[in-house]
Amino acid sequence: MAHSHPGYHDHHIGPEPQSWWTKYVFSQDHKVIAFQYVLTALFVGAVGMGLSWLMRLQLGFPGKVELINPTVYYQAVTQHGMIMVIYLLTALLLGGFGNFLVPLMLGARDMAFPFVNMLSFWAYFLSVVVLLASFFVPGGATGAGWTLYPPQSILKGTPGSDWGIILMLVSLLLFIVAATMGGLNYVTTVLQLRTKGMTLMRMPLAVWGIFVATVLALLAFPALFVGGVMLLLDRTVGSSFFLPAIVQFGQQLPREGGSPLLFQHLFWYFGHPEVYIVILPAMGIVSELIAVHSRKPIFGYPMMVLSIVVIGALSFIVWAHHMYTSGMNPYFGFLFAVTTLIVAIPSAVKVYNWVLTLWRGNIHLTTPMLFAIAFLNTFLIGGLTGLLLGNVIIDFPLQDTYFVVAHFHMVMGVAAIVAIFGGIYHWFPKATGRMMNETLGKVHFWITFVGTYAMFLPMHHIGLTGVPRRYFGFENLQFIPESVRDLNVFITVVALIVGAGQLVFAYNLVHSIFWGKKVGDNPWRAATLEWQTPTPPPHGNWGDQPPPPVYRWAYDYSVPGEKEDFIPQTRPQVTAGAGGGGE
Amino acid sequence: MPQVKEREGSGIVRGRGGGGNGGGNEPGGLEAFPVPTARLGLWIFMAVATVLFSALVSAYLVRMNLPDWKSLSEPGLLGLNTALLALASLFLQRAAWASRRYDLGATRRNLQLGGLLGFAFVAGQLLAWSQFQAMGYFLVSNPSASFFYLMTALHGLHLLGGLVAWGVVGSRVPPSALSVQLCTTYWHFLLLVWLVLYGLLLLT
Ligand code: HEM
Ligand SMILES: [Cu+2]
Repeated sequence: MAHSHPGYHDHHIGPEPQSWWTKYVFSQDHKVIAFQYVLTALFVGAVGMGLSWLMRLQLGFPGKVELINPTVYYQAVTQHGMIMVIYLLTALLLGGFGNFLVPLMLGARDMAFPFVNMLSFWAYFLSVVVLLASFFVPGGATGAGWTLYPPQSILKGTPGSDWGIILMLVSLLLFIVAATMGGLNYVTTVLQLRTKGMTLMRMPLAVWGIFVATVLALLAFPALFVGGVMLLLDRTVGSSFFLPAIVQFGQQLPREGGSPLLFQHLFWYFGHPEVYIVILPAMGIVSELIAVHSRKPIFGYPMMVLSIVVIGALSFIVWAHHMYTSGMNPYFGFLFAVTTLIVAIPSAVKVYNWVLTLWRGNIHLTTPMLFAIAFLNTFLIGGLTGLLLGNVIIDFPLQDTYFVVAHFHMVMGVAAIVAIFGGIYHWFPKATGRMMNETLGKVHFWITFVGTYAMFLPMHHIGLTGVPRRYFGFENLQFIPESVRDLNVFITVVALIVGAGQLVFAYNLVHSIFWGKKVGDNPWRAATLEWQTPTPPPHGNWGDQPPPPVYRWAYDYSVPGEKEDFIPQTRPQVTAGAGGGGE
Repeated sequence: MPQVKEREGSGIVRGRGGGGNGGGNEPGGLEAFPVPTARLGLWIFMAVATVLFSALVSAYLVRMNLPDWKSLSEPGLLGLNTALLALASLFLQRAAWASRRYDLGATRRNLQLGGLLGFAFVAGQLLAWSQFQAMGYFLVSNPSASFFYLMTALHGLHLLGGLVAWGVVGSRVPPSALSVQLCTTYWHFLLLVWLVLYGLLLLT
């Protein structure tokens, strides 16, 4: 659909692209950039999933698969973690959903700095290329674990310590540049380009989540950048920021005095906010899905906003809970345990409000809704195990066991990815004008949902028996009971099935783009602004019209006395106060 | 006689729906804070850079207390470079003032001088590096030296980025007043960062 906008001169919107290149490749249109982010992220995500298969095969059937030796195993562990956290979740939620939703939901024509936005995607793309290239350099990709702790990450003996680690770090630095350029856009756009009437406290929660997550990203990534550059120097020129005096293979290395702990602090000062960079947008997306598909106003909107902000702020003062066992002053441990546990309060507020939103709602069990509900319970379970781990004394025996792996897969991995799936099913009709197939969607949902529990619930048990994570083999560990080996076989089989189940999603996605059922502009009958645009939204989003002003909050569903069960944000208030307000 | 462009967004006060700085949403207008969008973007970027340098400084302070640390004697050239950077800031400030008066000639002159002094600073830093090496401090000789190179390099890169922006602003005829002012703000910021880094190097 090509619209032209005679008479519109608009600084915040690139020129209407004329050639194929500027339209689909070097596009400055936030929607195209969003699709580029989504597709690239889904692609690396598939790679990350393949790597998890390699790991699972080794854990379930040790030694049975020729291909997997310790080197390959460690590379798979490392790259799986890194890819999933950074290159899939962060990129897809901020770069993908952030780009697509922020301008559309706020009634802007595009991002504040479209050119920088385009650069952001291409820097991200380059970082992915460098990352994938690291698999093919001599020595292969790094196998240092996604936390890249020195000294082992850069010393001989660790897989990929020749070139892999260098490319990994370069790729991360590129990613940070990309995230910063994108982040500048999202924050500025939220602050400056809202349409008339779209006050901050009328913004949809998805935008709030993305906004606060972006602020976190902008304030957290620089620490990783500094740590990354220093580690790169330690590796390439032989400086000694992080490397203490080390004797390796009977030889004294020419370094001394460096502090590996320093890296851990820099890493987790970034690393903990990072988990909220991922989860806050997911929470926002889920809030939208729940309101729309249960036809209910969000319960406690101001508290929802406040809790997003508070979680974001707290996330900067809890990082050392990842380092309880690295050795620290007991008072610090106490301090960080307290701040860590406090995070539970705003998180619980959110869960209560979601449940109260659902309460007595007119719940439509559509695919997006199913995924949103899946988010609620995986997030809840993962949050609860987080509370256990937040206590220093409980964490000591559990740190570096499969209990931690189960914790963060529930709370971060699965929760975020189901929110993403839900979001894709939900906004697909807006992006393409077609529906994704509901039956296939439900098949995909049940495989993923049941599979998740089948994989990660037993993993908690495995962790509780003390099985350490990041081990290639357990043959000689006598304390591990036979039952754990059976469970590992079981988990591996499920993982293979769940992985294969994602093909249903891939098929559905591609098929629906071309042959999905055609729908109108607002098939879910949603109140937020993006559904009031033409479908798919043209360059500039609002066609020849100026962006519509907004008169009410985003969640006027099932307002008593109304004919329809939703009122778009663009409908003026008739009588003062009716239906507007917060709660 | 060409004039400096009107200040974009008619500058400072932009009420609701003012649509300043080409906010772009015409008749309906915008909900926005009363600051030009580009300026806000710069502030956010400076916040990011502040975190970056803070992380660097914290790492420095931690590493400094480990036993193998040796204090450096900084090359005297750094004092001169500092003066150059301060002068650059001063001239850019004059350019900003001139742009407020819509005085194109003075804006141009001061803008050019400021940028050239910026280049001089970068050149001076490179020279300081080579002096430093002549003194026997290489990138890996001691962590204090490693930090010295890292800090000056990161600061220098930020300045080079600023110089690219400066080039773009200066090549526009006439340069927009807002962009001249943004350059100035950024230069002051870099001066401040440098003073902190330099102070840290001198004191330790
Ligand atoms: C009430 C909330 C939470 C608490 C109290 C909590 C606490 C913890 C603690 C103490 C650890 C360290 C465990 C160890 O290594 O021994 C941990 C690990 C982790 N948590 Fe959480 N967590 C919470 C929520 C979350 C959320 C929301 C996410 C992600 C969105 C998340 C992601 C992670 C990740 C990725 C790790 C493991 C990192 C690694 O070692 O590789 N957590 N959590
Ligand atoms: Cu954490």
